[in-house]
Amino acid sequence: MSGPIHIQPGETFTLNVGPQHPATHGVLRVKMEMDGEYIVKAETVLGYIHRMHELMGENRTYPQVLPNLSRLDYLGALGYTHGHVLAVERAAGIEVPERAEYIRAITVELNRVASHLFWFGAFVMDLGGFTPLMYAIEDREYILDMLEAVTGSRLTYCYYRFGGLYNDIDDEFVDRARAFIPRMRKSLKKYDALVTGNIIFRKRLDGIGPISAEMCRKYGATGPVARGAGIDFDVRKNEPYSVYPEFDFDVPVYDECDSLARYNVRMDEMEQSLRIIEQGLDKLPDGPIMPKKKPKLIKPPAGDYYQAVETARGSFGIRIVSDGTKNAYRFKLRSPTYSNMSLFDEACEGMMIMDALALMGSLDLVIPEIDR
Amino acid sequence: MSLTILNVVIAVVIAIAFAALNAAYLVWAERRGAGRIQRRPGPNVNGPLGLLQPPADGLKLMTKQLVIPGGADKALFVVAPVLAMVPAIMSFVTIPFSENVVARSMNIGVLMIFAFASLGGMAILFAGWGSRNKYGVMAAVRAVSQNISYEIPMLITVITIVMMTGTMNLKELVAGQSGGIWNWNLLPSLSSPLMPVAFLIFFVCTLAETNRAPFDLGEAESELVAGFHTEYGSMGFGLFFMGEYANIVIGASLITILFLGGWGCPLGLFPSVWWFLLKIYLLIFSFIWIRWTFPRTTIYGLLNLSWKILIPISLFNLLLTAGLLKVF
Repeated sequence: MSGPIHIQPGETFTLNVGPQHPATHGVLRVKMEMDGEYIVKAETVLGYIHRMHELMGENRTYPQVLPNLSRLDYLGALGYTHGHVLAVERAAGIEVPERAEYIRAITVELNRVASHLFWFGAFVMDLGGFTPLMYAIEDREYILDMLEAVTGSRLTYCYYRFGGLYNDIDDEFVDRARAFIPRMRKSLKKYDALVTGNIIFRKRLDGIGPISAEMCRKYGATGPVARGAGIDFDVRKNEPYSVYPEFDFDVPVYDECDSLARYNVRMDEMEQSLRIIEQGLDKLPDGPIMPKKKPKLIKPPAGDYYQAVETARGSFGIRIVSDGTKNAYRFKLRSPTYSNMSLFDEACEGMMIMDALALMGSLDLVIPEIDR
Repeated sequence: MSLTILNVVIAVVIAIAFAALNAAYLVWAERRGAGRIQRRPGPNVNGPLGLLQPPADGLKLMTKQLVIPGGADKALFVVAPVLAMVPAIMSFVTIPFSENVVARSMNIGVLMIFAFASLGGMAILFAGWGSRNKYGVMAAVRAVSQNISYEIPMLITVITIVMMTGTMNLKELVAGQSGGIWNWNLLPSLSSPLMPVAFLIFFVCTLAETNRAPFDLGEAESELVAGFHTEYGSMGFGLFFMGEYANIVIGASLITILFLGGWGCPLGLFPSVWWFLLKIYLLIFSFIWIRWTFPRTTIYGLLNLSWKILIPISLFNLLLTAGLLKVF
């Protein structure tokens, strides 16, 4: 490029946000047609880290695929493996002991809090405030240590088994989880004081980045994105699974449709997760963590099975079409971030780039989960 | 005659050394401060308390290759970092650190500092435009509109003070405030009851003028990668960095001189250069504190703040002071 550039009035330019860009938190590329600071048109380009998890699900046996599921979403991995084990258990008709289900619910909720904590930090960092991330990581570290002690890993857990768990929790875990709840409640108050009440923060989110309920329905957005648009939908309540009907918890819903509403939903969800953990620890029954009778080789009868779970990012669905062999005939993952991301192109049209990237942050993207 | 020139040269060299030392060690202070705020240690490996970190960073930057991106405007690209650093150093020449520690006491000291400060905006424009990077251009446009809109309330505030004191000489400005905290311009006086507000305006404008968070839109890393210095590596980046910190020192010095009584002790005893340094470092600490606490504003929020709030208030203050000066 040499010589002077002649810019015509009304001319737009293309800005490549990504694949390597600090705001996209991973290898996501958004081709933006810009008019100065305003976005005329945005086009999301996916697929930079596609790893064919669905195909792997078809040419491996069910237990062999289990670790793959935790590679989808490195922040809330337990929710995804939970979906898989529930789907296969439903398909193969495996009974799960009650204690195992309770422990699953407790660990999934802990993982959800960890995931939301990290989102909180990263989101505020998107807005230019670096310090809350460090505080959030400190709390998250506590959860990761706790989960590491029982599951053996910190991020990509492979803790659940068909029919139960790999490992029972011990008293130490219970004590630490109990100690965590008041600690986390105190932290949430601190975050409110530090971030939620901040006038700059509120001005950047309040009324900005609208995602309407229609748009959510059009693109299939779920989770906090939909609940921030006034849609009262949570798989744990609407299509109950596991032991969630036993728990008393609320689904936070905000009608404002803006970035602040999505922020508030997630912050409230952390509190609700703490309530679930508290109740789970109180009700935790004794007993085995694996069923007595379990098939050696998992061969679900031929049929079409679907199981949805509420992960930290939204409704995650697994569809297994079995032909009666040890491999799935069709293994389809419906990942929430993929749908949530799809509405970005429409939502950010006409916005300024700063607000659009705040909107993107409020979607809570985890790129490996979009690209599967 | 030649002796005066020699004096000036020595003073300028000391000013440069002071600016460079400050720039290097403020980076260290910023990183350590951020570490304290975020409950982590910060740089603590090289030397005691990590004090050798700045020289190590400087050496690293100096030994790296200066890459000029293809298609860049070479002249602008090379000139920009120098233009960011030099005016900042030149401004030190006229800043009085105490009664005697001043390189060149000028009758238009205030004007000179603002003239040099305006060049800083040009450096950012050159850097952004010269590197032919879309993020760079966007950041440069932002930074320039920001610099222009915050210079206005800043200058109006300065005019208010100049009207009250009747001098533009920085030394005389301080001398007018000597004798203790009750004489400082910070406090409301009979002729200018809105002085604390003016101080706040000036403080906010200083943050914006030095491109500090929460107004660091020129290098908003989460949307514009690294803003105007995206394409700069090695010492080009280093000069921008040093220029930024030198500007912070100047901003803090100006606040100290205009509002906080310069080298005077709050109780009116033993005026000395140490009071001046204490005051500017306290101010700089507050800049660091603010940076690591607040998220970033938006560009329109920033411009609205200046044009709809700061400029009207500072204009009102100016008129009020002018009127009251006639009365009293």
